[in-house]
Amino acid sequence: MNPYFKYLSRKLFWYILTFFIAIFLNFFLPRLIPGNPVSAIISQMATGGVNSESLERLYESFMKEFGLDKPLPVQFINYIKNILKGDLGTSFSLFPKKVTSILGEALPWTIALQLPAILTGWIIGNLFGAIAAYKRGTFDKVLFPVALFVNSIPYYCLAIILLYIFGVYLEWFPIGGGYSRNLIPAFSWTFIKDVLHHYFLPYISIVLVAIGGQGIGMREMSIYELNTDYVLYSRLLGISDRKILKYVFRNAMLPQITGLALSLGTMVGGALVTEIVFSYPGVGSWLFNGIRQLDYPLIQGSTLIITLTVLVANFIIDIVYGIIDPRVKAAQLEER
Amino acid sequence: MKTLKLLFTSKKFVFGLCLFLTLLFLGLLFPVFNHKDPLDLAGFMYQPPSKEFWLGTDNFGRDVLVELIHGLKTSMFIGLLAGTVATLIGVGIGLTAGYIGGWVDNLLNTITNIFLVVPPFVILILISVSLQNRSLGIMGLIIGITSWPWTARAVRAQATSLRVREHIDLAKISGMGTFEIMLREVLPYIMSYIFMAFVLQVASGILNEAGISMLGLGPSNIVSLGTMLSWALLFEAVRTGAWWAFIPPALTIAFITFSLLFMSTGMDEIFNPRLRS
Repeated sequence: MNPYFKYLSRKLFWYILTFFIAIFLNFFLPRLIPGNPVSAIISQMATGGVNSESLERLYESFMKEFGLDKPLPVQFINYIKNILKGDLGTSFSLFPKKVTSILGEALPWTIALQLPAILTGWIIGNLFGAIAAYKRGTFDKVLFPVALFVNSIPYYCLAIILLYIFGVYLEWFPIGGGYSRNLIPAFSWTFIKDVLHHYFLPYISIVLVAIGGQGIGMREMSIYELNTDYVLYSRLLGISDRKILKYVFRNAMLPQITGLALSLGTMVGGALVTEIVFSYPGVGSWLFNGIRQLDYPLIQGSTLIITLTVLVANFIIDIVYGIIDPRVKAAQLEER
Repeated sequence: MKTLKLLFTSKKFVFGLCLFLTLLFLGLLFPVFNHKDPLDLAGFMYQPPSKEFWLGTDNFGRDVLVELIHGLKTSMFIGLLAGTVATLIGVGIGLTAGYIGGWVDNLLNTITNIFLVVPPFVILILISVSLQNRSLGIMGLIIGITSWPWTARAVRAQATSLRVREHIDLAKISGMGTFEIMLREVLPYIMSYIFMAFVLQVASGILNEAGISMLGLGPSNIVSLGTMLSWALLFEAVRTGAWWAFIPPALTIAFITFSLLFMSTGMDEIFNPRLRS
């Protein structure tokens, strides 16, 4: 058999194993709580003044609906069966809405927010980082601490500060949501303009942080490469600076590509809190709602989606990396 | 000792360390002189900064300055605890896997890789959801338990390369036990890496605390920088323009992480000669 194919199938096996461990954790960790979520919800309702007999009936039907009346191992097997069918269960707080359909509506918002933001930040950050490493001097001395500081502001803090300055204080942008409530989603110019207007602040808050992080990484990699023996040797050989820079850039880019792939993988989970800050209708906001209302199926559905995207991204990195970097491919084949 | 002296030649490291220690002592010393309870309802809702309340009051009418300092202390505590726990587990697993090798390495490496891929923040959410009472210690502990894998990976790589060095063979011949060799012949050589990893773990611990608190899963009944932000968001401080309730904690978190990242950059330049220019 082709050794590369063998390597890939072995990797695939590990990823599938990891996925099942993730499902296992996803199922059992929230069940460490004494009691069960249904009784928590019922007791919440009880304070709302619903009479006890109908509460009892509600309890029974909920237990049956969510399959909580069966022993744990049976529940677990049902859970896996349902996941493989693409069914993440029924939401408690938005009963009888399916978690799959809630997250199905939320996911496009999250991806549309994150994908362009990560790509923009990545491109600008890498350019700045490479320039800072090459030029050094004042450009680097000023830019580097600034980037480091921006990078140490947690993305959600930056989001809050931006929201306050540009949303509340200057009133340039709306203070939350994906679009204005008085508009009906439609493919019209007014609606698109409105969506973009709501989009800008969350977008820019992610871009700024990404520029800082990528820039710092790229600067470090470029400095490292500029100090390697092959650069010195090429210089001694009299190869032009332009050509050397091309080599340096290509080598320094490699880890940055991993960085890009990894941040694309953490896309869904990476900016949960940004969405909460801007009440953006993505996965993060739903997870937040789920946590506040003890909606376990919704919480578990969100965490599962987040995990799944990370796993898939990592698997893709493993494949692509071997293709673009021959050194890695050689190492992968040795690993057998 | 020599490495320590070398560290202090890095301006970046010294600057980061000074900033971090200043913040730490501020959090530790202030409560000694000022006995105000951060959860005390001292004034009305969202009073702007004044002579009485230097940083105003929050949504419950609590003094933001007092909350901020106590929050600083809490976040530092959680960060340091999480960093220590993560580093201890990471070093233990990485060192064992790297030095002993064989099937032990295979097993530990598999576990590490699995937990590297399953996002730690997700596990943190799932554990936090299931805990009804989240004390300071428990928060630090679970953050530490979920963030050890990359320390383990880095330590393992170092230990694997050290295993074949001559001084290890010498130690084996002179009859040292495996555990003793790991502790006395391998560990000292990777101390610098471990310290660097520890600094980064503390920073990520503080960020994780804030992040999980913003999701509504922070420590119960304790003020931390994260819970301050989460209250500000929940009670519309941002939208009502009460900047004093959220800008100070946000900046404080930024300053702590900034000081730690600066320290780590400084260390990187010292320990990694190729980055020196």
